[in-house]
Amino acid sequence: MAKSQRHLLLNLAGILLVFLVLLLFERHGSLYQVRILNNMAIFITLAVSYNLVNGICGLLHLGPNAFITIGAYTSALLTMTANEKMMNFIIEPLIWPLSVVHAPFVLSLLAGGLLASLFAFLISFPVLRVRGDYLAIVTLGFGEVVRVLCNAFQSVTNGPLGLKGLSPYTNLWWTWGVAIFTIAVTTKLVNSSYGRAMKAIREDETAARAMGIDPFKHLLLAFLVSAFFSGVAGGLLAHLITTISPTLFTFFFTFNLLIIIVVGGLGSTTGAVLGAALFAWGGEALRVVESPIDLGFLRIPGIPGMRMVIFSIILMGVIIFARRGMMGRSEFSWDALWARLHRPAR
Amino acid sequence: MSSFFKLDNLVMQFGGLTAVNGFSLELRPGELVGLIGPNGAGKTTVFNMITGVYPPTSGTIHWLGQDLTGMPLHRITARGIARTFQNIRLFTDMSVLENVMVSFHQKIRAGFWSAMLGLPAYVREDQRIHREAMDYLQELGLAHVAEEKAGSLPYGRQRRLEIARALATQPKVLLLDEPAAGMNPQETMELANLVRELRDRHELTIFLIEHDMKFVMGLVERIKVLDYGTTIAEGTPAEIQGNPEVIKAYLGAPKHA
Amino acid sequence: MTATILLQQLINGISLGSLYGLVAIGYTMVYGILRLINFAHGDLLMVASYAAIYGVALFSLPWFVSFPLAIAFTGCMGIVLDRGAYKPLRDAPRISLLISAIGASFLLENMALVVIGGIPKGFPRPAMFAKVIDVLGLRIQVLTIYIPILTLIFLAGLLYIIYRTRVGKAMRAASVDFETTRLMGINVDRIIAITFLIGSSLAAAGGIMWALKYPQVNPFMGVIPGLKAFIAAVLGGIGNIVGAVIGGFLLGLGEIMIVALIPELSQYRDAFSFVILILVLLFRPTGIMGEPITDKT
Ligand SMILES: Nc1ncnc2c1ncn2[C@@H]1O[C@H](COP(=O)(O)OP(=O)(O)OP(=O)(O)O)[C@@H](O)[C@H]1O
Ligand SMILES: [Mg+2]
Repeated sequence: MAKSQRHLLLNLAGILLVFLVLLLFERHGSLYQVRILNNMAIFITLAVSYNLVNGICGLLHLGPNAFITIGAYTSALLTMTANEKMMNFIIEPLIWPLSVVHAPFVLSLLAGGLLASLFAFLISFPVLRVRGDYLAIVTLGFGEVVRVLCNAFQSVTNGPLGLKGLSPYTNLWWTWGVAIFTIAVTTKLVNSSYGRAMKAIREDETAARAMGIDPFKHLLLAFLVSAFFSGVAGGLLAHLITTISPTLFTFFFTFNLLIIIVVGGLGSTTGAVLGAALFAWGGEALRVVESPIDLGFLRIPGIPGMRMVIFSIILMGVIIFARRGMMGRSEFSWDALWARLHRPAR
Repeated sequence: MSSFFKLDNLVMQFGGLTAVNGFSLELRPGELVGLIGPNGAGKTTVFNMITGVYPPTSGTIHWLGQDLTGMPLHRITARGIARTFQNIRLFTDMSVLENVMVSFHQKIRAGFWSAMLGLPAYVREDQRIHREAMDYLQELGLAHVAEEKAGSLPYGRQRRLEIARALATQPKVLLLDEPAAGMNPQETMELANLVRELRDRHELTIFLIEHDMKFVMGLVERIKVLDYGTTIAEGTPAEIQGNPEVIKAYLGAPKHA
Repeated sequence: MTATILLQQLINGISLGSLYGLVAIGYTMVYGILRLINFAHGDLLMVASYAAIYGVALFSLPWFVSFPLAIAFTGCMGIVLDRGAYKPLRDAPRISLLISAIGASFLLENMALVVIGGIPKGFPRPAMFAKVIDVLGLRIQVLTIYIPILTLIFLAGLLYIIYRTRVGKAMRAASVDFETTRLMGINVDRIIAITFLIGSSLAAAGGIMWALKYPQVNPFMGVIPGLKAFIAAVLGGIGNIVGAVIGGFLLGLGEIMIVALIPELSQYRDAFSFVILILVLLFRPTGIMGEPITDKT
């Protein structure tokens, strides 16, 4: 008991520290730094929830972009004022209840998460009947279908034009608050009896069933939780960049998340956090390779695609030569840190 | 009175191959029954049908008056029939203790929200599961390796962990698929004693497959012999040992070590 | 709708379907042996198309030299793909293999983007394919007729290799039981290489025909045909070569006919194949010609 209370205190202290750092950046950081920190938190939320399905349950789910899209659109449509909606939907007007409903930001995020979960629930029946490569393709398919629908349902999504001029509600407190909450909930789930059941299914589904575990029930649970947080993160993202369109959430987006969790270590929440942080920072730094370089006497034009080349090579390199990524399946723990500090490096 | 456990004329076909052809068996509570036969005779397939890994092509499985035929694997386990696997299927990347704790999950009373909120009801239940799982490890002589990764255990201990895990689902009938495979004679002898003890202590009915004749003959009360999916003999160990059909089946298809 | 238009669409559907079928063969062959969806397979269409363009434009080769060279080049790319991305992972968990495949696909696409650029290139279309002829009152591009005929010729050749040669026998053995085949002293890596060579060459042939049909070549041109072809392979029963071609025909026909009969659905055309995929997986996961896959316990 004393130990778990100590850990709780340490966790709270850690969170406090994070918020102090955020305060520092909010007061004195540059816009660029704040943007990276916001991206970092959103990627952490996305990666941690994506890892729940891919790393903990061992399914190769390739459609988180569908959940993110649904969260982003739901949340955006709820925070826009009737007037803003009128300005956006010039080709086809927005259909009735959506044209008048309006909700505060928090509620819009929640609604985004819930709707993403509802969608996850609906597709879970075909998706969770299959495994392995088939599951990968089916989820990829649903990601594509959502994009196609976003383009097609002009009276709901404004089609290819997307939604513009959203209020920039998202700030450091929202993004990091949600990220920390996601980490806390996911960790709690993974360490619970339910999480053990999920890991057992990943290790050997037939054996897990022979121990009385219903795979559908537990995979569905992971799927719903993951979709919820992805949806919320989608809402945050929408109100961070303030413009969304169907082209934003393609399979490329999923590919980035996949890199994050593979580099961090499939199956490790800590790894997902580290991977996301690295990606938000490194991905931004890598933009250099795609922007033109001006050496004064010589102008080297930017090379589009170079970043993705580097990302693909990193992904393949990690999966072939260092399959366990940064963390393997281990997690950060205060005890391990303590032991590390008291046993000097070899 | 309806029968305790009854297999009636089970048939399993894989494409054109009839792996099991009309298998019938009735188990009485507390019995220890063996199933033997050359490689590929269809023994594991019988287990797979009982536990619902594959639904039988035809035939029925009755258990305490209920029809289990075609029921999915996890629901059969919940009804009180547990098994081990011939080609060990542990959760290799989880700890030995976690492997056993997984078996308690099916009966967990605290719901998802209670687990997520860390309510006292869940916390208490998780502690109980931890304790009872340790008891099973103790019983199988694995308590001292509880924190190790299941995949890192030596072969003999992995087989024991398979049994511990099946036992933790609290079955009434336990199916053991070649529990002594890969064990040395010393370990095999210990295992025979263990199986007997487990049966008495947990009031189990045990149905087991084994190639090691010494092990089976000394342990079980009744034997069924399969060859090419057909039951060629059944009786007490003494009767089976002298049965010319059985000897022919085994000499015809040399068994592995 | 008049009967002529219907007939016209029928022919278009068969033509499109046979392209799907041709590409689907590669998916199905690789899946049969490695149990892997070769995500990068679709991108080989793009590789072949660019190779053919450069053969004609850069080296001034006539098309009948450039196209076969492009096919051979792409076949070798298939082998390189296996050696680089899949061979190191033969004993790894399946999820790793699949992730590597996705990585390889992105790598090919973005390498092309970096090296060649994103602006679509026109494809050199020899006059003999572009010709339009009148048949039964229909105006049909000859290419539309050549495509299914070539597909059937390739299929016949492939079936000959698989059922009548030693290599084919080894390929069949490896797809039934990989491990045992290895134990029997057959060089499985060679068999896999040959599988990739054949599958990739067929994808290349499909890619060149695709580019002749839609003469706009860009780094991502293989993605959608690749996905559709994969779905065709599943529809036909994955692992089954004839099934892949039949699946391709059905999918191509279905896509064209749906749009022809219900024009309002045209913007959902790309979603149609996924709906088919989901229906197949729900109701007949083994496809039309496939055998049940069971988990050995
Ligand atoms: N899932 C399956 N698909 C196709 N054939 C199968 C399957 N499972 C088992 N078989 C076949 O059924 C037959 C019986 O197999 P089974 O595993 O039941 O034999 P066994 O008696 O347990 O043999 P062993 O002593 O080697 O364990 C074998 O010919 C086997 O190849
Ligand atoms: Mg067996």
